[in-house]
Amino acid sequence: MRKIWWKILAASFVCISIVAGFIGPVPELPILNETIRNVYFHVPMWFAMITLYTISMVYSVKYLSSGKVEFDTIAVEAVNTGIVFCFLGLLTGMQWANITWGDPWPNDPKLNGSAIATLMYLAYLVLRNALEEEQKRAKISAVYNIFAFPIMVVLLYILPKLTDSLHPGSGGNSTFGDLDMDNYMRPVFYTAVAGWILTGVWICTLRYRIRLIENKRTQLS
Amino acid sequence: MKKIFLSTSFLFLSLLSAFAQSNGVEMATGLRSSGKIWVVVLVVLTLFIGIFIYLFTMDRRIKKLEKDK
Repeated sequence: MRKIWWKILAASFVCISIVAGFIGPVPELPILNETIRNVYFHVPMWFAMITLYTISMVYSVKYLSSGKVEFDTIAVEAVNTGIVFCFLGLLTGMQWANITWGDPWPNDPKLNGSAIATLMYLAYLVLRNALEEEQKRAKISAVYNIFAFPIMVVLLYILPKLTDSLHPGSGGNSTFGDLDMDNYMRPVFYTAVAGWILTGVWICTLRYRIRLIENKRTQLS
Repeated sequence: MKKIFLSTSFLFLSLLSAFAQSNGVEMATGLRSSGKIWVVVLVVLTLFIGIFIYLFTMDRRIKKLEKDK
């Protein structure tokens, strides 16, 4: 993971998606107008977040089965980074909803679900700080993390699809694939998603490496 | 060397002024095309390139710290 090529890939993917996202053709729709371009910037935040939470969950499982402290550190730092992307996603979504839906926080199941999921992961971080003993902290928070992950998936991706939601692809709403007739948006969107996921993972590895150095320092002193 | 530099800079400046003078009709030239949206693209792109350069330098500093150990 310390190779440089995928970091360059991350940077270039994000930059390509910015240029293509601003300039490229988009379907002309009422109310949405040019704000349809937000798909390239707002949605990748959530993809980056769920990737980081998945990494965190996987490493929590790995920690429980092996007992290696490094795995627990990866799990925490993945949540720490993921929560930043979560807040960025919430914030950009609210700015956009204020204009297109006329309310920054309409009572949409997806919004409420994401709020609960955010609180759940904040609780994870609070829980970690509350426990003093290192091994107990790692074990309890790993179990919590493993349980929080499927609940987050249900709240964000399954429940809104079952009920009426303002978000595309739920409650009979058309998905972006249906709106985008000539399929121009698809490659730009996937480039943006890949770029942001890689950027998120990169920031996570940086945090993890800093944490490793810190741990070594505290052990030495 | 100095002569070449001076002459090229003079050429560049004169070109620039010629460009500025022929501004009577709005044309789709470079950064002025389609409502000047490219200017915004340039600004956002600069921001993100800056952020990525910052990430790369941070990466290098952490690598140095790791080697010290």
